[in-house]
Amino acid sequence: MLGKIIVSLACAAAVTAVGAAPYIPASGAQVLERLPGGLDPARRQLQGLRTALAANPRNLDLATALAQRYIEQSRRDGDPRYLGYAEAALAPWWRQPEPPSSVLVLRATLRQSTHQFGPALADLDTVLKRDSGNAQAWLTRATVQLVTGDAAGARASCMRLYSRAPELVVQACLASVGSVSGQAAASYERLRQTLDARAGSPAPLRAWVATLLGEMAARLGRPDVAEAHFRAALALDPQDSYLLGAYADFLLERGRAPEVIALLKDKTQADALLLRQAIALKTAGRPDAARATAELAARFDAAMLRRDNVHQREQARFELAVRGDAAAAVRLAKLNWAVQKEPADLRILAQAALASGDAEAQALVRAWLKKSRIEDASLAAIVARFGSAA
Amino acid sequence: MIARCLLLAILFLGCALPAQAHKASDSYLSLAVQGERIEGQWDIALRDLEMAVGLDADGDAAITWDEVRARHEAIAAYALARLHLSSEGAACPLRVTGHLVDTHTDGAYAVLRLQGSCAAPVTALGVDYGLLFDVDPQHKGLLRLTHGAATSTAIFAPDASSQMLQLAAPSRWRQFADYLRHGVWHIWIGFDHILFLVSLLLPAVLVRDGGHWRERETLRASIVDVLKIVTAFTLAHSLTLSLAALGALSLPSRLVESAIAASVMLAALNNLWPLAHRWRALVAFGFGLIHGFGFASVLADLGLPQGALVLSLVGFNVGVELGQLAIVAAFLPLAYLLRRGAFYRRVVLGGGSALIALLAMVWLAERALDLKLLA
Repeated sequence: MLGKIIVSLACAAAVTAVGAAPYIPASGAQVLERLPGGLDPARRQLQGLRTALAANPRNLDLATALAQRYIEQSRRDGDPRYLGYAEAALAPWWRQPEPPSSVLVLRATLRQSTHQFGPALADLDTVLKRDSGNAQAWLTRATVQLVTGDAAGARASCMRLYSRAPELVVQACLASVGSVSGQAAASYERLRQTLDARAGSPAPLRAWVATLLGEMAARLGRPDVAEAHFRAALALDPQDSYLLGAYADFLLERGRAPEVIALLKDKTQADALLLRQAIALKTAGRPDAARATAELAARFDAAMLRRDNVHQREQARFELAVRGDAAAAVRLAKLNWAVQKEPADLRILAQAALASGDAEAQALVRAWLKKSRIEDASLAAIVARFGSAA
Repeated sequence: MIARCLLLAILFLGCALPAQAHKASDSYLSLAVQGERIEGQWDIALRDLEMAVGLDADGDAAITWDEVRARHEAIAAYALARLHLSSEGAACPLRVTGHLVDTHTDGAYAVLRLQGSCAAPVTALGVDYGLLFDVDPQHKGLLRLTHGAATSTAIFAPDASSQMLQLAAPSRWRQFADYLRHGVWHIWIGFDHILFLVSLLLPAVLVRDGGHWRERETLRASIVDVLKIVTAFTLAHSLTLSLAALGALSLPSRLVESAIAASVMLAALNNLWPLAHRWRALVAFGFGLIHGFGFASVLADLGLPQGALVLSLVGFNVGVELGQLAIVAAFLPLAYLLRRGAFYRRVVLGGGSALIALLAMVWLAERALDLKLLA
């Protein structure tokens, strides 16, 4: 208890330090802010597109191209501001009930990024009613369905991709579903074979599939194979923040915190990666842990101020793994579970359920395991301890 | 076409994977309303201002203080055009009085100090917020509104850009009670006022008889003496407190504070070398005028609610009198019981007055010369 008080006092002090009093910089040459992207030509290109669109804001092709680029940027950097810029590019059509299909697909993507899954699906259904051959709409629909735990619906959407999307994309879609619904080994094997057969696919696609394979192999309890996939993915795309997060989780689970610290050293701009870094620092007993914890707490507080609830999964992990507050963790994990049902959501729910002994959360986990038939080696180990801890 | 489709495919499936966010764009607006006056501070991210008005003049992706400074006017104009405050349908124009910087969790922010005023004291503040919504519809404005001791918050988003915020108007009785409490509190923590009063009251249980102190025979005579002094002090400081609080009179605070210290010193010395023993009520009145200015400066720091000016003023004044009465009520019986014998004359009156005079001299030096002698 005393320890907890001291930690929260330390956090409070650090938070105060973060939001220090306003000041006037001592020197005019002092750099106050570095713009993300730096001198990367991609930033220039985005600026150019933005200027062009400003001159002609109702140009649909220009607007959707810019929105797409911003969404991509947001995914890479883990920075939600780009999602807002994407929405701004689509402003002339945003409030229309039936905008052009290209806008609807983008709107669905942006809506699902803020967890408005229902409206996102409605947009996609509108597109598909108009044109059942829109592969992108089927793919996005499959993704939203998978995130919300509708495996049957997701599988049906993936099936519609046959002959409308490249083989590797179709298999990645189907394997993502199969891997969490009772066909883990077969799904992994089929996707791995497809990747081998399609070695000429674009690098970003291969990196994404390798990431999926790494996660699948890890769930199957084959860490060596998983490691090889993650490393292959990193060789193709070393900056992808989703990949970095997935690999960091893999390492953390195997007690390899020092490697996580090295992996994420300069990449803690994104909250999700700072979270892994903070867990790793704490696990390794590094002195920096307190600073990372305070910074992360400040970021969660800032997100709560704007009443964002898209971080509940990360926040639950923070409470459990960093602050050691199992009660807060299980509360957040249950709230998150009501919205999202991916393997990572289930895992934090199970971990928090075990640590807190919360019977309702444990029942939720058991029911989902039975219903979805998801296979996950480390999850099974957690659930096996439910009875003994309770 | 195939290539683009592919890209799209990666993009969107990837995108649906967990949102790895830092915070989206927010600005932090705090407004303090006092009567018709509004003071505020507005923190806006430099990244957002770069998108909205352009800051990075040399295009090196690093924003320096010089680059921000060069755009202060543009920043102020951009921000003020997107924040409209109103009260009872009339605009409350704002202006930017200062530019600073600060750091929040997601980077550096420009800090704008704001000042504005409405036509009349504000009871409900209309806030029309439109910052950055055209650049980033996911932007939110986080408002912290303070009014007296009450704080409320509001969140502005494109679908909630215009809001009417009721200022918690405390009931009149509540307001009166608040200021009454302030008055009592102030006299209790205001050592100089207490010591002045005590200096005048110490001899009230004695009489001067041929160059010597002699105890008064009856409590009644002591009470009459105390009543005269306290009434004179009260009348005087109420007069100047009211005039100063209503803005009819004002004196420099250093002069007032120094004069108060001098009054304490003289009142105490007068007990050691009685010159104006008979005229203590008159002394109380004369110096009471000065003490009133002292009370008024406290009241000015608290601020008088425009809607209940007189009520609050009376409340504060009554509080001061009640606090004073409590001191007298504690002092008089004790002094009356102790009045016989040398202890009271030598130790209480003599020693006490000497100590008070000494302390007051230090205060006087500190206040008049702007020194710091006592920690």
